[in-house]
Amino acid sequence: MRKIGQNAVRIGAALVALILVSATLLGWVYLRDDGGVTKVAEIGGPFALVDHHGKSVTDRDYLGKPTLVFFGFTNCPNVCPSTLLEITNQLEELGPDADRLNVLFITVDPERDTPQQLALYLSSFDPRITGLSGAPENVFAAMNAYHIYAKKVPLNDGGYTMDHTATIAVMNGKGQYVDAMHYQAPTATTRAKLHRLLGLGNS
Amino acid sequence: MYTNTSRLHRFAMSAAILLNMSVVAVAQQFKANSIVIEQPWIRATPGGAKVAGAYMTITNTGSEPDRLIGGVLPQAGRFEIHQMKMDGNVMQMGEVQGGLEIKPGQKIEFNPNGYHVMLMDLREPFKQGDILKGQLRFEKAGAVDIEYRVEGVGAQGPQQHSH
Repeated sequence: MRKIGQNAVRIGAALVALILVSATLLGWVYLRDDGGVTKVAEIGGPFALVDHHGKSVTDRDYLGKPTLVFFGFTNCPNVCPSTLLEITNQLEELGPDADRLNVLFITVDPERDTPQQLALYLSSFDPRITGLSGAPENVFAAMNAYHIYAKKVPLNDGGYTMDHTATIAVMNGKGQYVDAMHYQAPTATTRAKLHRLLGLGNS
Repeated sequence: MYTNTSRLHRFAMSAAILLNMSVVAVAQQFKANSIVIEQPWIRATPGGAKVAGAYMTITNTGSEPDRLIGGVLPQAGRFEIHQMKMDGNVMQMGEVQGGLEIKPGQKIEFNPNGYHVMLMDLREPFKQGDILKGQLRFEKAGAVDIEYRVEGVGAQGPQQHSH
């Protein structure tokens, strides 16, 4: 009797250990997978900024339509004007269909890019592009939400230029990240992505 | 009569084309010592922009290295030699320290995605079609007067104007 009891305790303990190990392993895998998924879904999120007309806005103001989100600065000689021109050409080609899209140009340089400066700059591009700036901490929060890297690069004679992520985040109408548009992607690729986003037939 | 007019017309056309081509060639190439600078151009500036990129091709036809050490454009408060690089999805900008060496026989193409002249503290906007006079300074070839043509805001290279 005692022997059987001892064995039962041993088997029970082994079973409990096995269950614990399996649960831990399963849990780890589950968390890891979940972590991966969450990471992708994390791109985007709440922000509170000021648009180039001087109006306070949040991410919620742009829900209901897909949104392209591009970060840059106006003291940028290449990537920013090239990207804004590419978007301008795409919007013009889309015509009225582009009204069903938000395009946000968020500065990574709020010190120099005031809403007024953004308004001047954006006057050279499609009027449907909205410029966003704001208090530095709010701009940094938006950069973090969109996983944007930006760094000041000091210049020998004073002042600075900036390194920054040049990818456009494509968000759906619910504010969920769905795609990315990379710098210097072929125009046809960008066009196809925009058509898909707006539910238009293939061009 | 008809053939004469047509011949004359053709002659005038060829003369005009030749003249046009030679003007373009003169306007787009600048030389000093063994340095040849071709097709300098600047990007037009969006509203309120205080910076612009300037680009050209520089060839060293000599047997000694030379070095681009700076330059002047009256419309810009600062003239710096920068390099743009992509590291994955991140655009990186940086000053080229100590000027840019051009080895014997080397041809360096400045363009929006590589070496470029960073014009800063602009005193006026640059409009497409403008011609701007400036100067490049080399260690050995000295100061070279050049003319930039202003291209569109998002231009990736100089337009061919020989038509």
